[in-house]
Amino acid sequence: MAYVAVKGGERAIDNAHAWLAEQRRGDTGVPEIAPRQIAEQLGRAVDRAMAEGAIYDRGLGALAVKQAQGDLIEAAFLLRAYRTTLPRFAYSLPLDTGAMHVARRISATFKDLPGGQVLGPTYDYTHRLLDFTLEQEASPPAAAETETDLAPMPRVQDILAQEGLIEPDALPGADDPGKPPADLTREPLSFPAGRDARLQALARADEGFVLAMGYSTQRGYGGSHPFAGEIRMGEVAIEIEPPELGFAIDIGDITLTECQMVNQFAGSKTVPPQFTRGYGLAFGHCERKAMAMALADRAMRAAELGEDVTAPAQNIEFMLYHCDNIEATGFVEHLKLPHYVDFQSELENVRRMRAEHEAAAQATRKAAE
Amino acid sequence: MEGYNFAYLDEQTKRMIRRAILKAVAVPGHQVPFGSREMPLPYGWGTGGIQVTASILGADDTLKVIDQGADDTTNAVSIRRFFARTAGVRTTTRTAEATVIQTRHRVPETPLREDQIIVYQVPQPEPLSRLEPSRVQTKIMHALGEYGLMHVKLYEDVARYGQVSISYDYPVMVNGRHLMAPSPIPAFDNPKLDRMPALQLFGAGREKRIYAVPPFTSVRSLDFDDHPFRAIRAPHACGLCGATDCYLDEVVVDDRGKRLFVCSDTDHCATRREAGHSGADSLPEAAE
Repeated sequence: MAYVAVKGGERAIDNAHAWLAEQRRGDTGVPEIAPRQIAEQLGRAVDRAMAEGAIYDRGLGALAVKQAQGDLIEAAFLLRAYRTTLPRFAYSLPLDTGAMHVARRISATFKDLPGGQVLGPTYDYTHRLLDFTLEQEASPPAAAETETDLAPMPRVQDILAQEGLIEPDALPGADDPGKPPADLTREPLSFPAGRDARLQALARADEGFVLAMGYSTQRGYGGSHPFAGEIRMGEVAIEIEPPELGFAIDIGDITLTECQMVNQFAGSKTVPPQFTRGYGLAFGHCERKAMAMALADRAMRAAELGEDVTAPAQNIEFMLYHCDNIEATGFVEHLKLPHYVDFQSELENVRRMRAEHEAAAQATRKAAE
Repeated sequence: MEGYNFAYLDEQTKRMIRRAILKAVAVPGHQVPFGSREMPLPYGWGTGGIQVTASILGADDTLKVIDQGADDTTNAVSIRRFFARTAGVRTTTRTAEATVIQTRHRVPETPLREDQIIVYQVPQPEPLSRLEPSRVQTKIMHALGEYGLMHVKLYEDVARYGQVSISYDYPVMVNGRHLMAPSPIPAFDNPKLDRMPALQLFGAGREKRIYAVPPFTSVRSLDFDDHPFRAIRAPHACGLCGATDCYLDEVVVDDRGKRLFVCSDTDHCATRREAGHSGADSLPEAAE
């Protein structure tokens, strides 16, 4: 019996990647899909890849979705690895979502409110019946259009704030005005983690993780009695203020989904009873993510609001260390890398312990005879 | 490579990482947080080691990359190619020829020299992580040098199994001050870390920590006077080169329980065979 050393890792990798490329293309008798088609027709997939990839670029998002064969965590990973190489030209001014060009805006707390309820393009109230007409190429009938008032819609939270019924908005740097907002892509996470760092982590976090953790708060693990104060989706202008200009310039619009949760709070000795906030924001049309994020954000404020910290969603360290799917998928999947050196040491360890166990058992038997 | 800086990372990032490395060298065994970047390879696959290597690599360095002691394991091949592509540096499989060695799970059998640097890929830099999951708590324990939890764990092992049951990533005390995870190398390799002439750098990308053991620094595996540290290896000789003092891989050669034991350090084994050593299972043309 001769042992042939395993060689050829390099060739195996090349061949595997060639096979992957072939598989990605699929049957060449079927027309190839273009990133532009993905951006147009699989928009929600692109939105999710952008949100978790933490970069707003629909073209790159679509390319990543194509390259990853629709595996959205893989697509987000491709985007992250690309974005980290980009130089920083400027930081934007805080976005004014109150001035959003709204495509959808709903409030669950008021029947009607200034600006009205705008349903927008939503899957809500669709009956989830497979639509077999989509098997064929067909253009849908044009959606109805009407003139709208382009006046900005005040946010529900601002309406509540007029009466002092809800805590004031936490502006970045409110507790330390000189301090710029945290940036987890430059500085490692440290504790105590401020709300700025927490919100950044949640905005980049895995939708599934945030959804499950938000859901857990509704089922009793750290509940905070939420109401969807407002959900809005639409285009927001991004402004930067180049130092050499001294005034802000508009560099473009991005689509965002924002969710403001209104949560119960009994008040304390120093603070009268008032509602508290949970906040969610995501690139693109990611309503589920924004809502779940708002629940998670509020749950993670338990300690600062003097509530008992008992549930996983309230444990900031647990949440922040496990919400990132690029970190999580890397470490879970690294288990497929060779571990035979460690396994070998475990094997020898178990063999040694079993031998000693057997020796001890024999000694006991002998003593009994 | 076009469009990318030498060794992939931009110079500002390298500077940030070098600062972390300097701090790590100044406080042996202490975990220094750093702004770990997203790399084009997945977290958990060596991103910490890659960032450290990228930050210390110069154009005239010679790089060796091993995984499980071998140069030809797929992830080692992938990382070596990454640097060949992004830095254009010379690569080698010879331990003696390398100036920088990036490793996962092993320390080469050939003793390292003062003019070499070894970079370990670290999945979990916190040696106390299995005993205390909160990093807020473990940070306090390190600050206070409060390592009773680990001693109790070792004691409980002795009480329950008659010996310490940790066989890899065996905790070490560095410079008599910091408890450190040596990365998941087999405990067999632990003694090599002690007073090693080469600089040892540890990079954990996902956990965003860098730590170091400067040359000739004391690295002691935790143990008790009446239960001294014991290195474990398979009690066999290498089937190819006949070595009896090296760490061995166990290869299953048939479905009837037959095993072959061979050196895990492929370069060491090949060098020995070139020098005329042979084992019970070697054939004249066993390679390739």
